[in-house]
Amino acid sequence: MIWNKTKECMSRDEMHKLQGRRLQTTVRRVYHNVPFYRAKMQELGVEPGDVRGIEDIVKLPFTTKQDLRDNYPFGLSPISSSEYVRVHASSGTTGKPTAVPHSRKDLEVFSECVARALCCTGATKDDVVQVAYGYGLFTGGLGLHDGATKLGATVIPVSAGNTRNQITMLQDFGSTVLACTPSYALFIAEALAEAGVDPSTLPLRVGVFGAEPWSAEMRAKIEEKLKIQAYDIYGLSEIMGPGISDSCQFQDGLHIAEDHFYPEILSPDTLEPVSPGVTGELTFTHLTKEAMPLLRYRTRDLTSLNYKPCPCGRTNVRMARVMGRSDDMLIIRGVNVFPSQIESVLMEIPEAKPYYMIIVDRKGALDTLEIQVEVDDKYFSDEIAQMDSIRGKIKHRLDNALRIGVIVSLVEHKTLQRSEGKAKRVTDRRKI
Amino acid sequence: MIIRQLSVFLANETGRMRELVKILGDAKVNITALSIAETADYGIVRMIADDTEKGLKVLRDAGFSAKTTEVLQVETKDEPGALSGVLGKLADEGINVEYIYGHSGHGLSHVIMRVSDPERASGLLRDYLSGG
Repeated sequence: MIWNKTKECMSRDEMHKLQGRRLQTTVRRVYHNVPFYRAKMQELGVEPGDVRGIEDIVKLPFTTKQDLRDNYPFGLSPISSSEYVRVHASSGTTGKPTAVPHSRKDLEVFSECVARALCCTGATKDDVVQVAYGYGLFTGGLGLHDGATKLGATVIPVSAGNTRNQITMLQDFGSTVLACTPSYALFIAEALAEAGVDPSTLPLRVGVFGAEPWSAEMRAKIEEKLKIQAYDIYGLSEIMGPGISDSCQFQDGLHIAEDHFYPEILSPDTLEPVSPGVTGELTFTHLTKEAMPLLRYRTRDLTSLNYKPCPCGRTNVRMARVMGRSDDMLIIRGVNVFPSQIESVLMEIPEAKPYYMIIVDRKGALDTLEIQVEVDDKYFSDEIAQMDSIRGKIKHRLDNALRIGVIVSLVEHKTLQRSEGKAKRVTDRRKI
Repeated sequence: MIIRQLSVFLANETGRMRELVKILGDAKVNITALSIAETADYGIVRMIADDTEKGLKVLRDAGFSAKTTEVLQVETKDEPGALSGVLGKLADEGINVEYIYGHSGHGLSHVIMRVSDPERASGLLRDYLSGG
């Protein structure tokens, strides 16, 4: 089912017109009501009247996370705070949190987009959605909650954590849809196996996973372990939260709700837009947001756009699975390394558990990349030679995939972090 | 004879071995022989215990990566050349020894070996030791 055929199956031409009109409105509002944007636009010599269509978006200034911090908490809002009905905030892992206010209409758009996302997975009002994203300032829990409610499904608002409880809910309430981070999904799968519960006996059939980058291999692994179809849901709190885009049954990119969020891909070097299909940094411009509309917000996520219609019937633009963030990218001895590449390799090695920790260090003038891996209990051997050959196999595959030499360390099982929210996988000890 | 050895994968961290033996001690499992093979980041602890199954259970419950392995235990005289005779017999028959540890006292030596073919090695050594 398609939740909103009018908006999700529009012709490209109609979509451009709609986006153009909405952009004009947004630009006028921020120019007249947000001093930050007025100053930025004046610096560039741009006035609201210069924006005549969506193609004029390239004239507008960028917004960065730092701008949100500088104007913390609500300096970028064009409306009175009495119009806010909720405030979300980012986790603040890299400094002060960033706050994002929502008006009543903003929350309507949010739940509409999540309902679209759930429809993309084939979910209907008959489904039981177990929301195992964290509830709170993080947008995952309440976002999925409101979207599933709008769809008319039954919501199990269990939140993240208390894995034993998650299993009880899966069994007793007959949850058919599980929404959480992919790393938590794996953790639940592991806990099910330990509890001796065969996932194929559960009604669970769909997973809606997001909030951290994950590989196609990890998706396959989760699908196999939980005996479900897994779907990607993408979002970031600065723009909205989960539901900005989401994969459909064809699993060929994520459909963007581009009537609300206008995506551009920029070359990370020049910040100029790139051609469709080319990978670069994703930016979003709010087209309907009331409480804090952002122009060309740089997400740091790396992806590409595909404007071809999808066999599912939706015509909105699709973004490729996010391969990493430009600020997650590690530069080791001059080579670019993404944690997602390491994850892809480990997923294909049965002896390695899908948990890992990356430790970057500098010995003398040389960067070292250590990857700590848990060996699956099934493959643990009392012979060092066997363990060394597992280590050798992992190292060989990683060296080839990353094109640099890595150090592989085997660690005790269940000692690497299992995250209930976003997993932290990289420790950079280099002092530069 | 063939006996079951308790093998544990252990992080090479201060205090980790203590945790392991404390768990066994608290469970009243006695260790009768012990050896550790260590690498830079991890070690493999191999133990003979008086109650292997209980040891395995309490270690697994505590989150350790543990399993049991079949090893050969032989008893020889505590005198020069005794081990050489045993190993010579195995080598002559093409049986490889992966690792070995042991202890001696009261005139007897106990040798624990992981070998490539425990069944055959056990038979060979039974004949060898009872005959010689």
